[in-house]
Amino acid sequence: MKKNMLLLVLVLIAFNYVSAQGYQVGDKAADFRLKNVDGSFVSMRDYQDAKGFVVVFTCNHCPYAVAYEDRLIEIDKKYRPKGFPVIAINPNDPSLSPQDSYEHMQVRAREKGFTFPYLFDDGQEVFPVYGATRTPHVFLLNRKNNELTVAYIGAIDDNYRDVSAVREKFLANAIDALLAGADPDPQFTTAIGCTIKADN
Amino acid sequence: MIIIPAAVNNFVTCLLIGLNKHYILKEMILIKIILLLIFSTTAFSQIPTVDFEQLEPRLTTSSDSVYVVNFWATWCVPCVKELPEFEKINQLYAEKKVRVLLVSLDNPRHIESRVLPFIDEHDLKSEIILLDDPRSSSWIPRVDDSWSGAIPATVIFNRNTRSFYEQVFTYEELENAVISKLN
Repeated sequence: MKKNMLLLVLVLIAFNYVSAQGYQVGDKAADFRLKNVDGSFVSMRDYQDAKGFVVVFTCNHCPYAVAYEDRLIEIDKKYRPKGFPVIAINPNDPSLSPQDSYEHMQVRAREKGFTFPYLFDDGQEVFPVYGATRTPHVFLLNRKNNELTVAYIGAIDDNYRDVSAVREKFLANAIDALLAGADPDPQFTTAIGCTIKADN
Repeated sequence: MIIIPAAVNNFVTCLLIGLNKHYILKEMILIKIILLLIFSTTAFSQIPTVDFEQLEPRLTTSSDSVYVVNFWATWCVPCVKELPEFEKINQLYAEKKVRVLLVSLDNPRHIESRVLPFIDEHDLKSEIILLDDPRSSSWIPRVDDSWSGAIPATVIFNRNTRSFYEQVFTYEELENAVISKLN
C-alpha cells in the first residue's frame, strides 16, 4: 500500500513536470517591455511603489474578455491606489486575429476608457513565458524582497456573464489577501476563455 | 422527431382564435397542424439548452459507443475552422457507433440570431446542445483537470477510457483519436 502511494506520488510529480508550462504559483515573474496604446513602452520596473501587479492577458475579439472589461476598470480603480495596478496585455497575433491589431487596441482602449495600460505582446513572446493559454487569463504578482512572485493564477470571478450573480470574486479576494499579508485562497482557478492566437 | 415548443403551440393557438367563428372543429385542427409544422421547422426550431449538471451525464457512457464531445462557439474562429472535421467523423463513423456532440458555449440570447442561422448555413448534422452555465470555474475542472478553459476543447471517450484535447484538430488527428477509442 505504501509502495503504491509512493508510486502514485511519483507519477503525479512526473505528470506535473511534463504538463508544467509557464508559471505556477510561487514562481518568480519576469518583467517585460511592451508598447502601450499611447505609444509609450511599459515595464513593471517603472512602478517603483507598486506592491504587485494584476497582469491580465486579454484582447478585443473574445466575448469573455469583453465581458470583463468593465470589471477590470473597477479593479484597477480600486486596487491601483492600494499598490496593485492592472496591466493588460494582448497576446494575439493580429495576422490570425485581425480585431486584435495594435490599431484596434487603441480604438478599444479609447472607447472603454481603460484606466490601465493595454500593451501589445508584439511577436507573441511574453505570454508563453507566463504560460497564458486563454483570454482573459490573470496572473497576480506580489512583490517580496524586491522580487515579483506569482501569487494567484486564473479567473477574475466565477460568473463571466452576470456581474450581479458573482459569488466569488477570486481576483479581488486574492489581492485583499495579499494586502492583509496572507496567501490567496484559492491560488488557482480556471475559467472559460478564448485560445490565444499565435503561430506555434 | 419534431419537438414543438410550447411557445410555438401557444402562438399558433392564438392565431387561430381569430378564425374560430368561421371554421368547424375538424378544419381548425387541420389548419393548426399545418401551421405548427411550418413554424416548428423554420423560425422556431430550437436547440436544447442545459446547465452543467444536465450535461455531465453526457460526458461518460456505459454503452459500447465512442463519444466525441466538442466545446465550441459560433464566434470562436479556431472552433469554426475544425467543425467540418467533426461533421465528417459524425458522418463517416456513424455505423461504427461513434457519436458526435457539439456543445455550443454561445450566449443563449443568441440562439435565434446567431446559433440557428449558423447551423443552417454550415448544414451541421451532429447533435448540438447549448451549455448555459456561466460559473465556468466550477465546471471546467469537472470536464477535465488539465483544461485551462480555452476553447476549442474536446473529450473523446468510450466506457473504459477517455482523452481530453485542448487543441484544434486536423481530420487525421481527430480520426486517429477516435480510432484509438474504437474496440
